[in-house]
Amino acid sequence: MSGLSTPTYPRESDAASVAPGGRIEVRHVSQRFGDVLAVDDVSFTIEPNRITGLLGRNGSGKTTLLSIMAAFRKPDAGGVFIDGEPLFENPALTSQIAFIREGGDTVESSEKVSEAFRYAAWLRPNWDADYAERLVETFRLPVKQKIDRLSRGQRSALGIILGLAARTPIAIFDETYLGLDAPARYAFADAVLADYMDAPRTFILSTHLIEEMAPLFESVLILDRGTVLAHRDTEDLLAEGTAITGPVDQVDAFTAGMRVIGRRTLGRTASAMAMAPLDAAQRQRAAADGLDLAPIALQDLFVHLTGGAPIATPDVTPREGTS
Amino acid sequence: MFDERSPIYRQIADQITNDIVRGTLQEDEQIMSTNQYAAFYRINPATAAKAFQQLVDEGVLYKRRGIGMFVAPGSRDRLLGQRRDRFFAEVVDPMLSEARAIGIPLADIVRRLEAVGEDVPAPGSGT
Repeated sequence: MSGLSTPTYPRESDAASVAPGGRIEVRHVSQRFGDVLAVDDVSFTIEPNRITGLLGRNGSGKTTLLSIMAAFRKPDAGGVFIDGEPLFENPALTSQIAFIREGGDTVESSEKVSEAFRYAAWLRPNWDADYAERLVETFRLPVKQKIDRLSRGQRSALGIILGLAARTPIAIFDETYLGLDAPARYAFADAVLADYMDAPRTFILSTHLIEEMAPLFESVLILDRGTVLAHRDTEDLLAEGTAITGPVDQVDAFTAGMRVIGRRTLGRTASAMAMAPLDAAQRQRAAADGLDLAPIALQDLFVHLTGGAPIATPDVTPREGTS
Repeated sequence: MFDERSPIYRQIADQITNDIVRGTLQEDEQIMSTNQYAAFYRINPATAAKAFQQLVDEGVLYKRRGIGMFVAPGSRDRLLGQRRDRFFAEVVDPMLSEARAIGIPLADIVRRLEAVGEDVPAPGSGT
């Protein structure tokens, strides 16, 4: 983050032309691929006009779920509803959704970039050509280049521009940042925020770059092995997690009965990650016991909630001569 | 720009109260909007709004409908009072416990305070 300048590309056209996104209800959706149950009876509701982060490990079912939510795929069971209306094969609703897949691969690759924009202008009733042009400059995208000659990052940038300038009430980006360099990723975050604040609508962003993107998310949905592990306001989820560090015995006594999702030790010091909102009395007790309390970053919560790191630190035999 | 010791909204609220205490933000002055904070810090505007709401609840800011957020009259004095109340518990006591832990005699601390603390106001002089 530069922190020195505010983004310079707020939109200037008529903000009222974008209708707010509807409430997205996913009801008992399941999808199987052969032996693999990619999405397992999943139900949740995305409230309109929020930026929601979809987090999940590789193979957790994110892309399958997003494809179903964008009506790119009919699920084996269950369905998706927008404001109560079934979404699948409902052109009035599907036209309100832009779905940009990983690497921005939504367009024919033998065309020029400018052709992709021309097609989008024809396809998308709210297409904002001026905005697309400003984004082209921001991302330094060569518009005369053929799409199959673009680098991975440039292809991602193309997807981002197509997704943002479509100005749909619902915009879904599935890990669209692949190959983007750091300035382009910041530009993407700035563009999403500027666009969202200009005309609030629904954004769903899946990402592995949790640390970088987390501050953008008003809510997060964590998917693991095809099921929803958590769907919360980001601040509420963060408020629940506390890292408790101090002498092993005190840490263990303090966290007895709490849901501990991770624990590491270093000599006589332990650090436990507890999912339990602490009240003032508990915080005072912790201070009196010489325990250090700290929030847990979203990325660490995610790693531990999805069981991605070992719970116990393996004993390491000290090397000779080091003590 | 943010550390990981407290939630982002709390850090934004702390920055605003610091600006009020230092006089960078005057009473009845309008503060930047949630959207300006969100764009500057690259955070969701709801997070900035949460910081503002917390300060409204604490009486530090007040809202003028359709216009924005303003620094509440008297909030600088109130904030200064709170900080003075917390000063001994949060600054002096930890210093003394550190001194005890590493064996610095009280007399040394007093001598140091008198040597470098000349510009601290004398008792009763206020601010």
